Amino acid sequence: MEIKRERVGTGGAGSSGSDAAGGVPLVDPRALRVNKHDSKELLRGGELLGATAPASMDGDELERYVHERVLTTTVEKAVAWGRSNSFFPLAFGLACCAMEQFQTAGPRMDIGRFGFEAFRASPRQADLIILAGRVSIKMAPIIRRLYDQMLEPKWAISMGACCSSMGVFNNYALVPADKFMPIDVHVPGCPPRPEGLMHGILKLRKMVQDDPDAGWRERYDARGTEEILRDEQVGPGA
Amino acid sequence: MTAGQMSEYRRREESITLSVVGEQPAEDTHEELLTLNFGPHHPATHGVLRLLVTLQGEVVRSIKPVIGYVHTGIEKTAEDKAYWKVIPVVERMDYLSYYFNAMAFCGAVETLAEVEVPKRAQYLRVIHLELNRIASHLIWLGTSALDLGAVSIFLYCLRERELILDLFEMSSGARMHTRYFQVGGVIEDIPAGFVEKARAFTKVMPGRADQYGAILNANQIILERLRGTCAVDADTLLSLGVTGPLLRAAGNPWDLRKAAPYSSYDDFDFKIPVGTVGDNYDRFAVRVAEIYESVKIIDQALDGLPEGPHITTDRKIALPPRHELATSMEALIHHFKLVTEGFRVPPGEVYYPIESPRGELACFVRSDGSSKPARVHMRDPSFVNLQALSHMAEGSYIADMIATLAMLDPILGGIDR
Amino acid sequence: MPDATGLELLAKELRESEDVGARAILGTLHFRGRATLEVAPDNIRAVLASLRERGYTSMMSVHGVDYYPHEPRLGVHYELLDMSSVDRMTVVLRVSTDEPVLDSVTPDGEDGRGWPTADHQEREIYDMFGVVFRGHPDLRRILMPEDYEGHPQRRDFPVGGEPVIFTHNEGESHGVTR
Repeated sequence: MEIKRERVGTGGAGSSGSDAAGGVPLVDPRALRVNKHDSKELLRGGELLGATAPASMDGDELERYVHERVLTTTVEKAVAWGRSNSFFPLAFGLACCAMEQFQTAGPRMDIGRFGFEAFRASPRQADLIILAGRVSIKMAPIIRRLYDQMLEPKWAISMGACCSSMGVFNNYALVPADKFMPIDVHVPGCPPRPEGLMHGILKLRKMVQDDPDAGWRERYDARGTEEILRDEQVGPGA
Repeated sequence: MTAGQMSEYRRREESITLSVVGEQPAEDTHEELLTLNFGPHHPATHGVLRLLVTLQGEVVRSIKPVIGYVHTGIEKTAEDKAYWKVIPVVERMDYLSYYFNAMAFCGAVETLAEVEVPKRAQYLRVIHLELNRIASHLIWLGTSALDLGAVSIFLYCLRERELILDLFEMSSGARMHTRYFQVGGVIEDIPAGFVEKARAFTKVMPGRADQYGAILNANQIILERLRGTCAVDADTLLSLGVTGPLLRAAGNPWDLRKAAPYSSYDDFDFKIPVGTVGDNYDRFAVRVAEIYESVKIIDQALDGLPEGPHITTDRKIALPPRHELATSMEALIHHFKLVTEGFRVPPGEVYYPIESPRGELACFVRSDGSSKPARVHMRDPSFVNLQALSHMAEGSYIADMIATLAMLDPILGGIDR
Repeated sequence: MPDATGLELLAKELRESEDVGARAILGTLHFRGRATLEVAPDNIRAVLASLRERGYTSMMSVHGVDYYPHEPRLGVHYELLDMSSVDRMTVVLRVSTDEPVLDSVTPDGEDGRGWPTADHQEREIYDMFGVVFRGHPDLRRILMPEDYEGHPQRRDFPVGGEPVIFTHNEGESHGVTR
């Protein structure tokens, strides 16, 4: 198709006249839509390809044409891709591992290049809880409550030896995190290097990408602790 | 518009009589004190500290700290382990100043066992302690600035801390909790290249600290948040047992490195930064000034680093070097005894205080003659300094309380142990 | 640190003074250059007050020790510091587990000013060892949960923890999700 360049409103082939006041001449909007990317035209390889392309493609050729240019996927996979590349970690540091978590978010081992630098303060806005540090018996119910407050789908990384197992301290005061909440990835180390934590997070990312089924409740048998509003607590306007 | 033409909304609006709003509230309305729970999970508390804050409007009326959320039973675990195995356990207590925890414990055991630490080991200890002090102050500065809103300072401080952690990794293999200090000295001599890298760091650090100062020192927001807020005089702080930069900000120049020098600190020439008013700005300025002084100490220690053994030559306490094991039977026996049972320490009790970035950190060790300590107690400075929080922040606004908590520099690992 | 003779002279002074008396000072110990004064539990406030007059104005630490199996089992150590002459003094007392009651040194009393720094530290000794401090403004557990039973740092309290799982005792492991 030929592209005619014309000044807007000055003579030419336009059917539009000028504004009554003599200012900017009005243009018919339809004339401005020169590049109408009609999907049918695109698929058929029609006028856009110029004089050499066939006017239309059919059958196998069309299929090949489409395969080369259009990405198909399932909705689950697309959603999993989106979820895995945008974890919002909960800003939650308990002890020494939190210092290495800071370093992971720091300039050298930048967690932001993967897209995870938005540490949220509120569990309602986070979907990844990185348990960084030792979990004492006083803190365990609070962590469980935080985990319950997170919205699904949610994942948990147990960073460091102390929350994965008991770590250096095998005594009365600590609880391994597996005992009270489902953990997806355990990262060993005391404290794990930022590279180690990064490896753990990327493993989780791969896990979420590959397995779009976020049926973690079935996998971990984690029923019975959801926060459900009782009927009388339902908000105004209901 | 006549009344007939008014919309329903306007009619309702007209029916409100403003006189009711302008009246004094009736006698039965009262101001309530609101108790707010700054829970253990909070972005502004440094670690898992829970504060029950009672507010009158925005003014803080009382603060009750609740701690214990990261209590790890370190002292109980330490009773179960041989002396040299206690060192990694005790290091994880005040998790930003790990070398200091190890130093306090090793110093206590060395006093009990009457072990002499060679001069080179003392200088190496000083270098690592001062590097750790700078690293601890950098995290403090980063997180405090984050609380006050200066987000970029956090990243700058982490960048500097990476340099320090590289140095630690060079000397001991680990970035944090390095087990570098052992009873009698340090576990290994520094590798070739450490001195040059450390000098490169000390050359760069004052300039970087100047950069932080350029952003923060005369910044309007920092001045308004920190100047004149939550000042406490030195006598009250002393009666509360507060030591360290908090006490120095209030004007009392008490520093154990100068008052009761340990580990060759008297060989070095450095100043103690002291504040005048004792408000938050002084606390901030004192800690930043301490970074410069620590750099000076490291430089002097690197200059004067003597030759010699890096750990005591007493084979009953320290492992013999590996090459001796092939030739000397005694070395083999010593190695065996030390690794399986550990060394025995004569019975007694010792309290060994040092100056950590937060104040007086002391280790009390009671030995009953066996190879395991009978009681290890760390007198942690943050635990005692936390008692001053209510004196500092009561009567000021919530925002000042947040700034004070940041300037207090509490490390919950040390508080809860 | 006062040297050995200085310590003995100080102990003699305290024994002869009115408010402390001879019954209070049970012994002295000079070990590795550090001075320790052992006192009877009933007179702790008087002893600390007179030491404060003699210059030991700062209390640096209050901590507990379990001397199991020697009786009386529970010891409480007070670390005092004289800042102007850089002197340290440890005051030690022992109570038994049958009657672990002691006067708290935190509040101000009729016998003089208290030591506010001992507040949280005495709570920790109560939590960890079970020593009850009479007159403490707020004696509750500080490190363990409020409803915890037992005093963990006593030597006959088990260390606890999880069993270390090897292949031969894999069945014992619980709480690990598959």
